[in-house]
Amino acid sequence: MLDFPRWKRIWLWGLTLAGVFLALPSLTMLAGERWPSQLPDPEINLGLDLAGGSHILLEADTAQVRSLRLEAMEEEVRRALRDADPSIAIGDISTANGRLSFMVEDESQVDAAREVLLPMTEGVGLTGQRDWTINVVDGQRFIFEPTEVGLNQAVENAMDTATDVVRRRIDELGTREPTIIRQGDDRIVVQVPGLDDPQALKALLGQTAKLEFKLVDQTALPTDIAQGIVPPGSQILPFAPDASQQGAIAVRRLGGIQGDQLTNAQQGYDQNGTPVVNITFNQEGGRKFAALTTANVGKPFAIILDGEVLSAPNINEPILGGSAQISGGFSVDSANALAISLRSGALPIDLQIVEERTVGPDLGADSIRKGVLALMIGGAAVLAFMFATYGRFGLYANAAIFLNVLIILGIMALLGTTLTLPGIAGFVLTIGTAVDANVLINERIREERRRGRRVVQAVEVGYREAQRAIIDANVTNVIAGVLLFLFGSGPIRGFAIVLIIGIVTSVFTAVTMTRMWVAGYLRKHRPSDLNI
Amino acid sequence: MKLLKLVPDNTNVKFLRWRLPFYIISLILMAASWGAVLTNGLNLGVDFVGGQMIRATFVESTEAPVAELRDDIAGLGYGAPIIQRFGQPNEVSIRMRLPEGKDAVQVKDLADQMTNAIVGEMEANYPGVRIDGVDSVSGKVSSELFETGMLALLAAMIAIAIYIWVRFEWQFGVGALFALVHDVTLTLGLFALTQMEFDLNIVAAILAIIGYSLNDTIVVYDRVRENLKKYRKMPMEELLDLSVNETLPRTIMTSMTTLMVLLALMFLGPATTFGFAAAIAFGIFVGTYSSIYMAAPILIWLKVNSNSFVPQESATDRQEKIARGEI
Repeated sequence: MLDFPRWKRIWLWGLTLAGVFLALPSLTMLAGERWPSQLPDPEINLGLDLAGGSHILLEADTAQVRSLRLEAMEEEVRRALRDADPSIAIGDISTANGRLSFMVEDESQVDAAREVLLPMTEGVGLTGQRDWTINVVDGQRFIFEPTEVGLNQAVENAMDTATDVVRRRIDELGTREPTIIRQGDDRIVVQVPGLDDPQALKALLGQTAKLEFKLVDQTALPTDIAQGIVPPGSQILPFAPDASQQGAIAVRRLGGIQGDQLTNAQQGYDQNGTPVVNITFNQEGGRKFAALTTANVGKPFAIILDGEVLSAPNINEPILGGSAQISGGFSVDSANALAISLRSGALPIDLQIVEERTVGPDLGADSIRKGVLALMIGGAAVLAFMFATYGRFGLYANAAIFLNVLIILGIMALLGTTLTLPGIAGFVLTIGTAVDANVLINERIREERRRGRRVVQAVEVGYREAQRAIIDANVTNVIAGVLLFLFGSGPIRGFAIVLIIGIVTSVFTAVTMTRMWVAGYLRKHRPSDLNI
Repeated sequence: MKLLKLVPDNTNVKFLRWRLPFYIISLILMAASWGAVLTNGLNLGVDFVGGQMIRATFVESTEAPVAELRDDIAGLGYGAPIIQRFGQPNEVSIRMRLPEGKDAVQVKDLADQMTNAIVGEMEANYPGVRIDGVDSVSGKVSSELFETGMLALLAAMIAIAIYIWVRFEWQFGVGALFALVHDVTLTLGLFALTQMEFDLNIVAAILAIIGYSLNDTIVVYDRVRENLKKYRKMPMEELLDLSVNETLPRTIMTSMTTLMVLLALMFLGPATTFGFAAAIAFGIFVGTYSSIYMAAPILIWLKVNSNSFVPQESATDRQEKIARGEI
């Protein structure tokens, strides 16, 4: 029990010093100093409640994925059939009830159509599962229904893309070290340290930035549009609030092009000095845009952003250069925001802010200062008290507590975890329980001495008997900590991380390290009595 | 060097003699706590009910003008605010309910407008006010946070009771669980009574209380287990008293040291941790008391005796015992 061979001592000291070394950069940071940049610097991350900044939780509208996929499938079906055999005519198309259904007009072509459409239902993955099921009912009606697997995969892809887009947009803002993490099935957490006015950020994230060019349906009568009567194959879209025209306009649902194939988007001015957004298509986008404008010279087309029409200019001549100018009553700021959004790509799915927390940087700095001060004063009182009560053994315990705090910081820095305000409270509690381990041991040694055991034996029994309660107590605390981490969110997790790491390290420092020191003392001085 | 001794050697307080009156008092307190929770309700923060919370410091004054502020904000037409002091006397939290709107996006827009209006009003009327933070939580997220918070509490309590049952005997598991329910109930009662804000941090505090109180209970139980093996003939009440007394120096020492750090955190630490630290400090008192007066006596009533820790009998023996109705 009290036998510590040299190799064991070296190991224990090595581990301890490694922990302390890892903690040094974080300590200098907490003290408000700079860590020399030429040294390796694993620093703990400060939570937003300490560093100040904005926390935004975004939730995606996953139902939207379902409808967007149906629309895309409709277009794809039309294209595939047209490419394969232009004589196959379809009609009575509907995307209601979450499925796509249409009639093949000539019953004899049903098999041919099926042949063409079947490959489109295969999933991208290697599992062999289909993304869609096809059924033919009443001899002529095709029904495409998305499978659960396919739909989940689509949501998954949309969320991944959305996370990337969010990251690109925030990078454009040029803020320092933002954290962007997917959370659960349909959420994205955005944390931007140091940002205390999130208005610009929110404006940027709230914009889906789906740009479309569609032909205006000139056959629609303004009176019909006003009454909401939609001509077949068209849809009615409102003008954007800042657009030069008001009301709504009918546009052809299909045959337009998406504005997602861009190489660049910049805020600029038109010849009248009004802010506009200049966009440059990539090669394929430019080709499509040229084809659309060539085929429709003299007709108006609508520039649509997120379902609202920005403007509906006439196509005066084919636009072949691969660039275009978007006007829509912009201010310099809104044109700039749109340019950023377009550059970073459209969000594949609408995002909505469901939680937002902002902490001013003054409060954050204040919190660190006060938290660290409280910890130091409280800690100093505990150290003094322990020394007064247990003498030499109290000193060992104090050294263990001191190392424990450093090692926890070091491990947190190594794992890249985040220190939050509840995390500081977690430190307090960890100090409490670490002290408890030494109190248990020391009280037990006192007790055994009182019962007349000799020094070495009393120490041995003290460590052995106390250990059982220490282990039981720590296991239950780990259980509580792990459950906190699993179920908890935000501040609770910050607390749980410190608690879990602290429990493990405190057993190491409070039990193993102090035992090594006590053993060293007993071996060297061979005391016949203990002042404990 | 003369060392400090908080508890004299060979202290022998007859704790268990008063177990019945203390049990009755505790049961009354628990009932009163539930009564307070049901009648007063908990002052749930935006984490759990949704809404907007603005935290502000009146840098140039020693005390925040709470009453004037309440009138000013109510005058804006967004409904009555809940304004509370928050840490220092010149720090306040202002909570507003989410405005009504046709969908979540609109609610969020309206909430932002409301926050801007309130912040504008404050900055115009109170020079030297500093906005420390704005929290905005939607109804959906808040109900999720509430559910997961409660789930974490329940799961922790049950998992811990099971662990104690496995490590000790079932009676100890029941006793520990009862002590935990006692501590959590009284803490909730305190929050219902004082109407301190109950938010996510407080759930973390309650989990810390559970951990601490359990620590205490385990130390006592561990000594009971040891003494049961050592003194086979000692009456249970005497044995429990002995165990509690033997562990008393440790109980007091640990409570003192932990309280020291918590008091430092309460009065020197940042405002946001005040409620948190206060809850844990309260929990330490209650947890220490419950380990002695709730967790220990229950072992008598659940008929723990020195046979409970006799080396395990074989499976057939056990089945015979079950047949005879001894287990």
